Amino acid sequence: MPYEAATHFAQTWGLALLTALFLAALFYAVWPANGATFNRAAHAPLDREADDDQA
Amino acid sequence: MGAAARSSQNRFDAFFIALIVFCALCYTIWGAARATDAAFEIQMWTAIIALLGGAFMLVGSVASGSNEDVRTKYQNDVIKAGVVASMFWGIAGFLVGVIIAFQLAFPNLFYFEQWGWTNFGRLRPLHTNAVIFAFGGNVLITTSFYVVQRTCRARLAGGLWPWFVFWGFQLVIVLAGTGYLLGVTQGKEYAELPWYTDIWLTIVWVAYLLVFLGTIWRRQEKHIYVANWFYLAFIVTVAMLHIINNLAIPVSFTGWFSYSLFSGVQDALTQWWYGHNAVGFFLTAGFLGIMYYFIPKQADRPVYSYRLSIIHFWALIFLYIWAGPHHLHYTALPQWAQTLGATFSIMLWMPSWGGMINGLMTLSGAWDKLRTDPVLRMLVVSVAFYGMSTFEGPVMSIRAVNSLSHYTDWTIGHVHSGALGWVGFVSFGALYCLTPWLWRRKGLFSAALVEWHFWLSTIGIVLYITSMWVAGVMQGLMWRAYNQFGFLEYAFVETVEAMHPYYIIRALGGTLFLLGALIMAYNLWRTATSDEPAQQRVGDAPVSGVAVAAE
Repeated sequence: MPYEAATHFAQTWGLALLTALFLAALFYAVWPANGATFNRAAHAPLDREADDDQA
Repeated sequence: MGAAARSSQNRFDAFFIALIVFCALCYTIWGAARATDAAFEIQMWTAIIALLGGAFMLVGSVASGSNEDVRTKYQNDVIKAGVVASMFWGIAGFLVGVIIAFQLAFPNLFYFEQWGWTNFGRLRPLHTNAVIFAFGGNVLITTSFYVVQRTCRARLAGGLWPWFVFWGFQLVIVLAGTGYLLGVTQGKEYAELPWYTDIWLTIVWVAYLLVFLGTIWRRQEKHIYVANWFYLAFIVTVAMLHIINNLAIPVSFTGWFSYSLFSGVQDALTQWWYGHNAVGFFLTAGFLGIMYYFIPKQADRPVYSYRLSIIHFWALIFLYIWAGPHHLHYTALPQWAQTLGATFSIMLWMPSWGGMINGLMTLSGAWDKLRTDPVLRMLVVSVAFYGMSTFEGPVMSIRAVNSLSHYTDWTIGHVHSGALGWVGFVSFGALYCLTPWLWRRKGLFSAALVEWHFWLSTIGIVLYITSMWVAGVMQGLMWRAYNQFGFLEYAFVETVEAMHPYYIIRALGGTLFLLGALIMAYNLWRTATSDEPAQQRVGDAPVSGVAVAAE
């Protein structure tokens, strides 16, 4: 692929793809339905006894 | 899985590792016999001795059957070995750092004309590689093996493979360190390893990736805890950076010298794409994995915002990889690429500070623990240093600031606020946590000694970074000072003379930091060898192990 074609791809579709992927990650992080999963995950490092209290 | 199936899998692992060791031995013996230069011959003999030692350990381990893949228990032995190795290489690396700091402050005192290997030029890569890769690398491998097992509630995958990763990595360190003293270096910063050590590291790293992924595959929790994401990003990205930046053609297969596949400005860009992401993914992402496990654990509180930790992770991944060109301001690199690097560096403020706030706020409601728990205080101060050095870095990446800071000791000060403050302290905190947990003690041998370590090191860091700020800014201003006739105001040697007092202060700060680490090693040693009865930790077993205990 010549230099011009590579940079053209990077500056158009490449940029759009990375932006879309980042937005997908962002939506995943703030999606309300994921709250329960994240709450459980946040307690993963703590002792299981403490975990049961939270449940 | 039945006992018979387990042991046959174990033998398969042992067979494969033996095959790798055998191939490596054949090559090194051939290399030693046909060596085209003396340094390569010494490197090959070093490797032969290490590989024979490894082969003996392998045979011993298989014969005793001590490393069976028992799924009801966590693999702790390799982590214990990692704690010892981390502490050992840490002290070695800090010691070499103190030596070269004194060499800079008193060049006559430490100059041996007949011993070229004691020269600053040989010792400096020894120091940087020892602290980053030997100390930092061992801490990352060790903590990742601990964290991935606990958060997946499954035993480390791969039977003997974690041991291959551990000992294979120690061989990389020994070949690297002795090589630098012999003058064996590619001359690329943080990528000094010669081509054959590069290949060995690639083999070890792929094994590391597979052990880590295999453990995640076995996990008993549906969601993969965020610390594991950071560790995984660190392992995968370092593999990619290492392989691409080290693409080279050896002059001979029996000599150490090689030529890079890249040349000119492409070589420079590839090198700093590698170099800055070594900072971003080795010294940041990996150690953030430590932060996201050990701070919640030690504070006994869940992370402040799990959602923020996910945003922290993805923002870091998407931004860091572009920041490298800021190392090449005012060079032959096209200006748009320099600007791109600086822009992404400034955008990094957001995830860095988001992550710092997330780490610090984990203590909300438990701030009083900072007064009573010096280990937690060390972890929290490390996060504060993370925030400070990730604020300073983007400032220095702005072209106007960089014109003053580049090539001066300001850079050295910046690096050390990150390395000593963030990486050092978060590692110390993790090792202080791990030692009583692994050796099953109620607590550390002495909390008072941790206080001593904390304050000596903190004062040491402050002396180090403030003296380097003053020295660096002064140096930069002296270089650019013109007199009324348009001539340079100062000769280079005058800037060196002016920095002398700051070099002494820096060496003093480094000595305090080393002293703190020695106190730490004594404290950990006494904790591990204490004769108090072992304390069983309730629930510290894989899900399958807890189920067995309940039956």
